[in-house]
Amino acid sequence: MREVYAVGVGITSFTRLEYPISEIAAYPAMMALKDAGLSKVDHVYVANMGSARLNHQSGLASAVVDTLSLTPAGAEVIENGPASGASAIKTGFMAVASGMHDVVLVTGAERLREVNNLDATDFVATLSHPLAEYIYGVTLPSLAAMFTRLYMQKYGVTERHLAMVAVKNHDNALLNFYAHLHEKITLEGILDSPEAMTNNPFVAEPLRFFDCCPVSDGGASVILTSAEVAKKLKKPMVRLAGVGQATDSHCVHERAEPTDLLAVRGAAAQAFKMAGVTPGDVDVAELHDAFTILEIAESEEVGFFKKGQGHLALERGETRLGGKLPINTSGGLKAKGHPVGATGVGQAHEIILQLRGEAEKRQVKDAKIGFTCNFGGFGNNVVCLVFKRED
Amino acid sequence: MAIDVEKILRPIDNPIPPFPAKYMMLAGGEEMVIRQVSREDIPDILCHVEPLLHVERDYYDVVAARLISELLAYYRYRVQDEYVLVAQIKGELVAVVNGRLLNKDVGMSYHTVALRRGLRVGAHAFAAKMEYHLDIIGQKEVLIVAESPIGFRRWMIEYGLEKRFNMAHELGGVPSWALTKALFDKARETLVVGRRPVPKHLLEKAQAAILPPTDPPKAPADLLAATRSLYDSTGTALMAQRWKQEGRL
Repeated sequence: MREVYAVGVGITSFTRLEYPISEIAAYPAMMALKDAGLSKVDHVYVANMGSARLNHQSGLASAVVDTLSLTPAGAEVIENGPASGASAIKTGFMAVASGMHDVVLVTGAERLREVNNLDATDFVATLSHPLAEYIYGVTLPSLAAMFTRLYMQKYGVTERHLAMVAVKNHDNALLNFYAHLHEKITLEGILDSPEAMTNNPFVAEPLRFFDCCPVSDGGASVILTSAEVAKKLKKPMVRLAGVGQATDSHCVHERAEPTDLLAVRGAAAQAFKMAGVTPGDVDVAELHDAFTILEIAESEEVGFFKKGQGHLALERGETRLGGKLPINTSGGLKAKGHPVGATGVGQAHEIILQLRGEAEKRQVKDAKIGFTCNFGGFGNNVVCLVFKRED
Repeated sequence: MAIDVEKILRPIDNPIPPFPAKYMMLAGGEEMVIRQVSREDIPDILCHVEPLLHVERDYYDVVAARLISELLAYYRYRVQDEYVLVAQIKGELVAVVNGRLLNKDVGMSYHTVALRRGLRVGAHAFAAKMEYHLDIIGQKEVLIVAESPIGFRRWMIEYGLEKRFNMAHELGGVPSWALTKALFDKARETLVVGRRPVPKHLLEKAQAAILPPTDPPKAPADLLAATRSLYDSTGTALMAQRWKQEGRL
């Protein structure tokens, strides 16, 4: 298997974008091509979850490759729910590692805000089990709320811990030009003041408004190449060193222990094994915090902290910028935003910037190893990536 | 015999009780004061609303055009029974709300403009306006419309407004919706906040000057530059456009 390098990145603001989905995918791709100094690619993988249903655009890959004038490169859409982004990167990785292609463009895009929030929430809920979950009104916030309640009972996580995640990630997003939410929030304002219940109402108890990610549009791109190509481009050598993917039961209630995220555990272990590193080696991580509880739970499942102790590390400030292991320096899904199909590529974008030393005010000093966890379904299909700076 | 036309044209406002200032903490920890302003304050507000005429996003342009006319009409005595409330953070103007009395029992809500987006700034200001009509003036209901989908979600859906489609609203003549006292009472616990009296230092800061908004709404980024740059093989136009947006050029 050949080694694979990330040589170019691009991103749009994660916000409301009133442009065709093909352009939301193409814009960051052009930035990535410019960044890499390339004008041609062998293949394009487009990560997207809902363009056919939400934007009346099927065959998105064909639209994107033509918009980019990259024909006759091969192109296809990778759809794996909210893990589509990392799945597309994994597919691109395999294409280069296998020797099939030398240069691959992975671009993720989503335009959720073409529909209203209720329709967007309903659309995302279609990833749940159609007969055992969806028809009973299950949505992702409701699943996350039940998960949170169990986690609180079992491990002593409190609303304050959840709010601490939100405050940290909003602070990080303030340093990220492309983040959806540039809003400073404080524990007093969202938890302690007489106005807190109105500022931060329950969405699905015990989850409040600021425990949930925004509904975002956005796009992000990464260009992957062989080592031979990468060396010619004279960019910092960032290698995609580890890739892991695992699944779990479709229905959350069928899991022996619903607070265990076995797919996260399995995907992370595979990625670390392939990269030849351990969780303790990681300098910076992007975890899939669609809900604040998920940052805490995933930080344990991937091996950064012992099970049930993620919230204690958060209390100690270990996961904030300047801490021992900064998590979600971009603002995470919580504040950077969550354009579902693009999210995993956006996570990789942040880690690659960090490893290149180009993350500006949110730069983690001397970051050499970065990690991403892209969480599909409610933990039923997870892709983890490990990136290494090599020069 | 000379006729004083101004006396004919200038409406005589009915006496209404003043809005007692209140304050609240926002999600960001900042304390926001909502208070009533007088005619003399209007020029200090107009200059901050005028730039929104050029923001073609969420109907800010339409709302700004209408609000300017309402504020000017109030300033120059060409509207009956209007009032204006402002929301300020450390003196900075973050929201303007206004309305008027249609008659003794019914209020006519005009506009709610957030000059700082997010953190429920506009929602808190709207709630204060409704409080003024229903609790302080003692009206039975307020007629409401929304130009933007955000306004529709905030008012029609969050408060569960009743239809008054037989009543044309003064804003565009479109069918009205109504917030009744009963609906307001239902929403009171979850949507209406604020503490009184306002601490002296907060009120004095707000009254000292209406300072310009530090992060007013802006037009969205022109991502169609992506399309145009297709004809620029180097991508320079695209990058330059982005750098300009980022303030690097």
